[in-house]
Amino acid sequence: MNSPGSPALILEGVHKSFGQNEVLKGIDLTVAPHEVVCLIGASGSGKSTLLKCVNLIEPIDAGRIVVEGEEITAPGVDVNRVRRRIGIVFQAFNLFPHMTVLQNITLAPRQALKMDPQGSRKRALGLLGRFGLLDKKDEYPDRLSGGQQQRAAIVRALAMRPGVMLLDEVTSALDPELVAEVLSVIRELADDGMTMLIATHEMGFARDIANRVCFLDAGRILEQGPPERIFTSPENPRTRRFLQRIIAAGRL
Amino acid sequence: MTTRGTGPGDRLDPEEAGPGRGSKMLGGRAVLVSSASTVLFFAIIAIIVALAPGSGIVAERFFDPFHLKQSFLGTPSTPSVAGAFLLNVEIFAISEVLILILALVIAVVRQIPGPVFFPFRMVAIAYTDLFRGIPLILVLYMIGFGVPGLGLAGLSYLSDVTYGIIALVLVYSAYVAEVYRAGIESVHESQNAAARSLGLTRWQSMRFVILPQAVRRVVPPLLNDFIGLQKDTALVSVLGSIEAARAAQIYSASEFNYASYVVAALLFVLITIPLARFTDRLIARDKRRRQAGALA
Repeated sequence: MNSPGSPALILEGVHKSFGQNEVLKGIDLTVAPHEVVCLIGASGSGKSTLLKCVNLIEPIDAGRIVVEGEEITAPGVDVNRVRRRIGIVFQAFNLFPHMTVLQNITLAPRQALKMDPQGSRKRALGLLGRFGLLDKKDEYPDRLSGGQQQRAAIVRALAMRPGVMLLDEVTSALDPELVAEVLSVIRELADDGMTMLIATHEMGFARDIANRVCFLDAGRILEQGPPERIFTSPENPRTRRFLQRIIAAGRL
Repeated sequence: MTTRGTGPGDRLDPEEAGPGRGSKMLGGRAVLVSSASTVLFFAIIAIIVALAPGSGIVAERFFDPFHLKQSFLGTPSTPSVAGAFLLNVEIFAISEVLILILALVIAVVRQIPGPVFFPFRMVAIAYTDLFRGIPLILVLYMIGFGVPGLGLAGLSYLSDVTYGIIALVLVYSAYVAEVYRAGIESVHESQNAAARSLGLTRWQSMRFVILPQAVRRVVPPLLNDFIGLQKDTALVSVLGSIEAARAAQIYSASEFNYASYVVAALLFVLITIPLARFTDRLIARDKRRRQAGALA
């Protein structure tokens, strides 16, 4: 259904308001297959809302979103089927606390994809092994460190074999010493060619991993380009000011 | 986030105040003081009761060993209170299961969003409002005497006990549905978002993610409601069933002695206390687990 080379994700004129507050004021963005796009910008600039709209957690007010050739914002689209192709990982992990790590991961493949228990278990164990969590498979989430929980949440999303991954500030709730283990998992995904849209405050990481960086300000993409250019010679004065503040805070 | 457990405010928790300090106090003067005050407290009550002008008569009418035993076992002309109490247990056991199911259905129906389901939500809300508002004894009269009066083939010729159970289920399900609802609403919206983002349907998210967490949280208040239910089985007697309270009344009317009421009361207490202690243990376990979770 998706010819090679056609975009993995297209956003056209996406608008989103919460009551009087217009959070997204017309977002246009195209992500190619295997591309890693980082969204940067101050808190409240609309990064998280944008990701939630792509996953249809938040309905959009205007515009359209196309994932792998299918317009997912068209009326009558089965949202459950669409979400199975788009993985999202949240800032607060949102693991299911009453299930073991393994149960967390196999739940959706079994219930949403109707995989048989052995198949889903095998897939989950393979992913857990790959990301160094095999010995934690029978633990409950509250027995894991923040970094382990976030890695488990990434594995949970990957177990659905999504075409696109959305990462929403996945390291913001972590103690500093735990950030690296999660970032290395994301880097591994990028190396495997996973298409990703990443909202992040980790500028160093964005510079490292992104093919393209988009600077969001007040619900608009003000500037975008390869990280080398955005981080060294931003054109827009607001981008410049934002990056100066980041540098002053010692985060780049 | 991980250091929250060591804030100064947490020290106020009596269990965390440290066994060292508490046991030292109890080991010395505190034991003496507490024993003396306990003895004094009960002695004063005993003296007041003993000095009451009618204390002799009350002791004879309520606590006579012969009548306690005879009402417990029953006589050829009066039913055994203990035997009748088995009916209370039966009513309780059957009602409890039905209440757990009906209340869950009502609570879940109340959570279904969307305009199509408006009438279902409305019925669920009207149901809880109605049956929490009407006194149980009135529901018993209306079901127990009204439904037989309708003359409906399948519904109107059931036993008194069955009508009693139906009334208890209708009233208690309204309460328990609200307990469930509180549990469902206490599960953070992000859990539902996580489940839905994985492609689970609304119902799958409810069934596998929301409800298991909600039910776990409301077990203590649920058990509290069931302690109430255990006692209210006595009200089924207004429809004519001879359960413990009615058996006690029959005994007192024929022997002119109220010891049977004391027997019935003790039987109710006897079965309620284990449930109350079990509830306490569940609450304590839940608290421990959450603290362990916060420290992890």
